[in-house]
Amino acid sequence: MSKEVEKDDVTGTETTGHEWDGIKELDTPMPRWWLWTMYGTIIWSIGYWIVMPAWPLVSSYTEGFLGYSSRGALEQELEEANEAQAGDRAALVTTELEDIKNNDQLYQFALRGGKSAFAVNCSQCHGSGAAGAPGFPNLNDDDWLWGGSVDQIYETIKYGIRSDHDDTRIGEMPAFLTNEMLDRSQINDVTEYVLSLSDTREDKEAVARGEVVFQENCASCHGENAKGNREFGAPNLTDAIWFYGKDKDVILRTISRGRNNVMPAWVDRLDDATIRQLALYVHSLGGGE
Amino acid sequence: MVDSSVENIDVRPVNKKENRSLFAKREKIQPKKARGSFRRLKWVIMGVTLAIYYITPWIRWDRGEGGPDQAVLVDLARERFYFFFIEIWPQEVYYITGLLILAAISLFLVTSLFGRAWCGYSCPQTVWTDLFIFVERMVEGDRNARLKLDKAPMSASKLSKRVLKHTIWIIIGVLTGGAWVFYFADAPTLLVELFTLQAPVVAYSSVALLTATTYVFGGLMREQVCTYMCPWPRIQGAMVDEDTLTVTYHGARGEPRGPHKKNESWEGRGHCIDCNQCVAVCPMGIDIRDGLQLECITCALCIDACNDVMDKVNLPRGLISYDTHEGQFDSNPERKLKLRFIRPRTIAYGAILALVGAIMLFTLLNRSVLDVNVIRDRNPLFVTLSDGSIRNGYTVKILNKVHETRQFRIDVEGIAGMTAWLEVSGETDRPLLVTVPADALSSYKLYVSAPAENLEEKSMDIDVIVTDVDGTERDVQETSFKGPEK
Repeated sequence: MSKEVEKDDVTGTETTGHEWDGIKELDTPMPRWWLWTMYGTIIWSIGYWIVMPAWPLVSSYTEGFLGYSSRGALEQELEEANEAQAGDRAALVTTELEDIKNNDQLYQFALRGGKSAFAVNCSQCHGSGAAGAPGFPNLNDDDWLWGGSVDQIYETIKYGIRSDHDDTRIGEMPAFLTNEMLDRSQINDVTEYVLSLSDTREDKEAVARGEVVFQENCASCHGENAKGNREFGAPNLTDAIWFYGKDKDVILRTISRGRNNVMPAWVDRLDDATIRQLALYVHSLGGGE
Repeated sequence: MVDSSVENIDVRPVNKKENRSLFAKREKIQPKKARGSFRRLKWVIMGVTLAIYYITPWIRWDRGEGGPDQAVLVDLARERFYFFFIEIWPQEVYYITGLLILAAISLFLVTSLFGRAWCGYSCPQTVWTDLFIFVERMVEGDRNARLKLDKAPMSASKLSKRVLKHTIWIIIGVLTGGAWVFYFADAPTLLVELFTLQAPVVAYSSVALLTATTYVFGGLMREQVCTYMCPWPRIQGAMVDEDTLTVTYHGARGEPRGPHKKNESWEGRGHCIDCNQCVAVCPMGIDIRDGLQLECITCALCIDACNDVMDKVNLPRGLISYDTHEGQFDSNPERKLKLRFIRPRTIAYGAILALVGAIMLFTLLNRSVLDVNVIRDRNPLFVTLSDGSIRNGYTVKILNKVHETRQFRIDVEGIAGMTAWLEVSGETDRPLLVTVPADALSSYKLYVSAPAENLEEKSMDIDVIVTDVDGTERDVQETSFKGPEK
């Protein structure tokens, strides 16, 4: 299988034997150093196999003498990040919550940490934008069941609401129908009254009857003027914000069956610095008092 | 004579040694020193370009508060690029794009007019290789001495010359890399840090890397870089045409070439006496008499060499000269050079240059020193407050690009009864005043609320207006205010 090697007259270089329309392709040699560079990379790769993780084995892999792993590198970076934050986190715990705002650097640190802690721990119920859902309060607005100062928010997060912690915030909305405290017509009347506080209702008589029911059964928690009481987490019934929704059906159900949602206590799950970050972050969402 | 008793077989070794290797062994080029006007020009350009490279980082420029006083500085840590009166923030990187376009088109224009003038005179590879060859000549002598030294067996004298040469090369490399890092930090500070071992690791590693590349490219690889690594020789083919000035051997005048004895007649023969001086001086190791070729960087040293020879044999200069394509077919030694600088190609390049330059200049002169970005909160879109009004949240970013602290007032317009407040200061402060430090970006959380009854649509246009309290600058950003479905 002898092959005729053809040399180009002008350059003296061999051709590859490929020809297109009379134009022949030269087989111009590569420079030698280029070849050595390739050998160099091969030798480098052998060294790389020895010091770095390289070959997959049946149930593990060759780890390499340097002991590198990307998981280990991540752990190290996290450790470094924690170390870098240690000073700020300590300052968060020792500084009064109200004073943190005066230290811009510390405040920004708190907001950023709070934002990420919120996304991890709180957004499942309150939503990623903290806008809430029926039964889970919107944390952006200026209506607070248990108080909107940063200290009050801090306490709510720390001990929760109706949680299993001893220091939890407790308040109860009784089930007036289930417990036979009121009958259906009374509940309808008091619902009409509650709705009349923020809207005009047509059935004026029902509203008048409802007011009497309200003063006897509800005013102890929601107040005579129905503006709520933060001691029991009783909502203000006169404003534009409704915890579970402002449809009559929803309010009827709330009064009939009661409402006792739970906010967990975070004191056992998060460290104090994180809870403080969360309190400041929630306070910064626009409704903080 | 072939012995008739032995049959001559027509066969060739398929695996003959010289045909075996696919890789070419590099032969070292030992360029001879050239003398003449182009060599002098190259010395001057080398001096100027090296001076620019070494002096630039040391030029000072007063920028006022918060700004570095270095004229040319790439501040990676603070994300700024300073070039005399120009100061570029990261989001203005299109100025760099513009500069690169200008550089590329200038290169196209110069190449179409004068061939590879960039390659031959001012490319760093050429300048540093020239410098390295100069050092080589100072230490080991000119071409003949170097060839002899290469062949000589190792001796104390050869070793000392080699060591000296490589030492000087490495020192040049260190100085090259050393100057490079000054473009990225305050030069006087960094110089002290470098010598007191206080400089950042990246400074030392940059110096080491550039030392290595300078030494390898300028000392060892030289023409290999231009021929095999650089893409420009390939691209330049598209820029050169028959009116481009390139280093040209006037073949019609020179051929047929051959040795010439004194007083011999020049009748019936060419002017090239085949002395190979043009080959000996070529740093690329080519023969210009083969015509325009990929490897030629048009350094014009062969012109100097040939002119020298022409003087000696009493012939007119210019057997090799800068000429256009047709020059190689003109046998007249007194040939008048016909230059056509203005042609469609150069007009096109010139027009693009002027256009890009004008756009750059315009944008640079009209560059605003106040930038405002208003970003609406999208989650939640809006919040209903207890009194029934609707609140929207915005992040207002104010970029103060001057070197003094400025105070700005933030106003909001668009919906009747609208109130605005900043998250940090609270609702009581009126008007909304913020202080942005010199040469900095500050970000503020702005809340705006409006009575629900004044919202005519579920999305209304509002303006966020940022005004320089002590100046005249004002930036109006249009954004929207969202409310519930109507």
